[in-house]
Amino acid sequence: MYAFDYLKPSTLDDAAAALAREDAQAISGGQTLIPTLKARLAQPSALVDLTGIAEMRGIAVADGTVTIGGATCHAAVAGSAEIRAAFPALCDLAGRIGDPQVRNRGTIGGSVANNDPSACYPAAVLGTGATVVTNSREIPADEYFQGMFTTALEEGEIVTALRFPVPQKAAYAKFVQPASRFALTGVFVAKYSGGVRVAVTGASEKGVFRWAEAEAALSTEFSEGSLAGLSVPADGMIGDIHGSPDYRAHLVGVMTRRAVAAAG
Amino acid sequence: MPKDHGIGASSKRREDIRFLTGKGQYTDDINRPGQLYCHFLRSDVAHGRIAKLDTAAAAAMPGVVAIHTAQDLAAVGGVPCGWQVTDKNGEAMKEPKHPILAEGKVRHVGDPVAAILAESLEQAQDAAEAIELEIEELPAVVDMKAALSGESLVHDDVPGNLCFDWEFVQENKDAVAEAIAGAAHVTRLELVNNRLVANPMEPRAAIGEYDAARDEHTLWTTSQNPHVIRLLMGAFVLSIPEHKLRVVAPDVGGGFGSKIYHYAEEAYVTWAAKAVGRPVKWTASRSEAFLSDAQGRDHVTTIELALDAEHNFVALRCHTLANMGAYLSTFAPCIPTWLHGTLLAGNYRTPLIFTNVQAIFTNTVPVDAYRGAGRPEATFQLERVIDKAARELGLDPAELRRKNFIPPDAFPYQTPVAVQYDTGNYGATLDKALEMADAAGFAARKAESAARGKLRGFGLASYIEACGIAPSSLVGALGARAGLYEAATVRVNPTGSISVFTGSHSHGQGHETTFAQVVADMLGCDEGQVDIVHGDTNRVPFGMGTYGSRSLAVGGSAIVKSVEKIVAKAKKIAAHLLEAAEGDIQFADGQFTVAGTDNALGWGDVCLAAYVPHKYPIEELEPGLEETSFYDPANFTYPAGAYVCEVEVDPETGRVEVQNFVAADDFGNVVNPMIVEGQVHGGLAQGLGQALLENAVYDAEGQLASASYMDYAMPRAADFPSFAVDHSCVTPCTHNPLGVKGCGEAGAIGSPPALVNAVIDALSEHGVSHIDMPLTPTRVWEAIQAAKA
Repeated sequence: MYAFDYLKPSTLDDAAAALAREDAQAISGGQTLIPTLKARLAQPSALVDLTGIAEMRGIAVADGTVTIGGATCHAAVAGSAEIRAAFPALCDLAGRIGDPQVRNRGTIGGSVANNDPSACYPAAVLGTGATVVTNSREIPADEYFQGMFTTALEEGEIVTALRFPVPQKAAYAKFVQPASRFALTGVFVAKYSGGVRVAVTGASEKGVFRWAEAEAALSTEFSEGSLAGLSVPADGMIGDIHGSPDYRAHLVGVMTRRAVAAAG
Repeated sequence: MPKDHGIGASSKRREDIRFLTGKGQYTDDINRPGQLYCHFLRSDVAHGRIAKLDTAAAAAMPGVVAIHTAQDLAAVGGVPCGWQVTDKNGEAMKEPKHPILAEGKVRHVGDPVAAILAESLEQAQDAAEAIELEIEELPAVVDMKAALSGESLVHDDVPGNLCFDWEFVQENKDAVAEAIAGAAHVTRLELVNNRLVANPMEPRAAIGEYDAARDEHTLWTTSQNPHVIRLLMGAFVLSIPEHKLRVVAPDVGGGFGSKIYHYAEEAYVTWAAKAVGRPVKWTASRSEAFLSDAQGRDHVTTIELALDAEHNFVALRCHTLANMGAYLSTFAPCIPTWLHGTLLAGNYRTPLIFTNVQAIFTNTVPVDAYRGAGRPEATFQLERVIDKAARELGLDPAELRRKNFIPPDAFPYQTPVAVQYDTGNYGATLDKALEMADAAGFAARKAESAARGKLRGFGLASYIEACGIAPSSLVGALGARAGLYEAATVRVNPTGSISVFTGSHSHGQGHETTFAQVVADMLGCDEGQVDIVHGDTNRVPFGMGTYGSRSLAVGGSAIVKSVEKIVAKAKKIAAHLLEAAEGDIQFADGQFTVAGTDNALGWGDVCLAAYVPHKYPIEELEPGLEETSFYDPANFTYPAGAYVCEVEVDPETGRVEVQNFVAADDFGNVVNPMIVEGQVHGGLAQGLGQALLENAVYDAEGQLASASYMDYAMPRAADFPSFAVDHSCVTPCTHNPLGVKGCGEAGAIGSPPALVNAVIDALSEHGVSHIDMPLTPTRVWEAIQAAKA
């Protein structure tokens, strides 16, 4: 890797100031950034470590909302009894990201800020209509995800927390890519009194997306049978050595049904 | 009662104390005073002419000591090939030069173009980015069939990119064709044996050092065979006489074949250390390992099996395209030929066999032996075509195999493909495997899976391998440019402890434990009294190293011979001390006794007398107790066995889950059952990894699409059930003193066809008859869709 300055601010204001430096780069768990740096594919002037900011850590469950600090690692979410009592599907999703090492370093804020098209968390954020809280504003999930590795975040903006509305029922069905164990296709289904949301990760060249037809069908009746005959077009799906667009389009249907079944 | 020490005991691996506590000493752990760091600038295109290579600006950068290109190495030889194959017309294979650094052309992504030496690795990497390299791209040769057209040439002087076109057994060619033409049934199968990346846990590394005052070179390197490296590099590349070159392979973290070969980086650091007068260290990154370690397999095969009306195998014919990659790695030519064609009889009495192998150059990383080497390819095609034949004929796959097995009373058995099996009982391992796998209960399990919407399959495979490589005279006749004996020195120290210096090299196998068990058993002493030394050409006798499951069968036999000489001499000393006739001395449990008396002498007394020869038959016998032996085997050894795999396939996603895996192996006698079991588990993980997960994929431009663990799927423990392993069916090897056959590669050889056969069994109701490895979810799903269409 190239040389860089390393800064670990303890307040959000100090972090924002540090990120104002030219070519400064925020780092949280570093699960994507560190390999990129090792391969000399990025040359930041400074890394601004967000994990020392107290207000970005921790979990709160209250008033039908799960709030998770941006610098909270996946293992903390997976192991949280509070979240499990209210929203077990989120613990289940976090507990299946990567391996124990990844889960103890990688953070929810880092994952959501990076918006890898195969990452798991974007499916939960979009699938619940969560709110992405930053150091300057609150962004609804539907406005936040803007394509592969692209989000509504401005330069230097920090994801400080995620606020999930607790669903009546939810489940995440993940079909793993055999090598990376990212989602080859993952579907998050959440049922609310106002309707059902279905978010798909891993499959589309545009990153995480909502499957409107499935949402409409499931909002009418939340059952596997409602999905009969529904499919997403292969056009625009990712094709690579692990699966063709056709295969991924097919998996979207299979994983959606399985998520509905798992949600009960 | 299981033994608690010596041969047959599951002694704990003594080397694990340092490995598990982080105290191993690997090449990258070694740092030499004043060392420079080496970084290679590698080609990022698969094929092209070097139009410009200007290092001036880079050489002026901070910390840079030297930058070398091919022109600096003009006096240095290329990386040699250790095996010459003669083609069907009696001509030698094409053997284009493999330069240390690319000369004029680059031939694969990862081909080194320049070497940068700097005070730090970061400085060397910075300088590499400042080198002005322009490559005029040429069309990449990737697909083997297309390569034969010769439209683009990897080597300008190799027409059609054809290294050799080999036929075996040539005189059977017409008879095989005739038998196939007249057979009652012929089963034909086209298949791919997928390319693999070896992926040892420790990437390669090398440190060169030159002592000008003594004119001595030292190379520390991640090698499975330091003496072979010393010979190849000293004699053929750098012209360093062997007494001036020391090669040390310290702790090595896995090899699986990929660390047998002599690599350009080793020669470069040795050369450069003298050129710049400072030690030079290079450690591969994982990315470099993907682009520069020799890869494995990569065959495209058509196989035909002919059967008569009674279902006897009457003839077998195979045609294989074997990928050599861009250059010939050390043993590459022998893998698809002599380690492959000679195994095509398998466990069966097929009388007529003919194979044709075309070895092809492509713009890909060189291909060479990988765990099993040729034998997995032979076994896979044979066991797949037999299974397909059974399905076509409506026969039980186990029964068809049993019918054609070489019967136990037919040994020694001369196959039609040169090798002679000394012993075996293939029906015994098949029966054992079927019993352990509860074949009888499969139907009920299948029904239970079906109730859950899943498809269950049961697959089996037999295998045989030729290990303990090999009689030197035989391999010499087949083109080896080396002998394949092994050497061992056993040194009894004055107080009776024992140091064993072996030419075998342990890079995970546990020799330090196993070899000590053998010696302790023979001498009736505690295993702790025996130390195993390996991996340093200045310490051990000239040995050929570890590969081909040869260490115990060949290296262990050399140790046995030396210990036998030690015991013979010690008896003479004891006879003198006990004032008895030599013929009356008996040695057991570490005691020398005079037959028929209670006169006895301990091991320590005799050892001490050998080194303090006060009362000693000095006129008849030299002092000291140290013996060296070179053991050249009389034949290969032939481990064999039967594997059963049970899978469940999710037809909606194509995902294959291994539900049960049984391995019944005949390894001959077993020295350490725990270590043998571990070797089988490792082999199975790699074989099932090949069958389910691993694939080195090159795109049309010759870029490795699976060049990191994000895309190259390594098997993990959670991918498999706990394996059921048995080695109770024993037919001891008849020609080595321990009766051992070798166990290191079996798992990787027998498991791929067992798994694929199981999946095809599961999918048979959908009409799927073959899927190429790896059986990834997408491939399985696509096969089901194609069969439905």
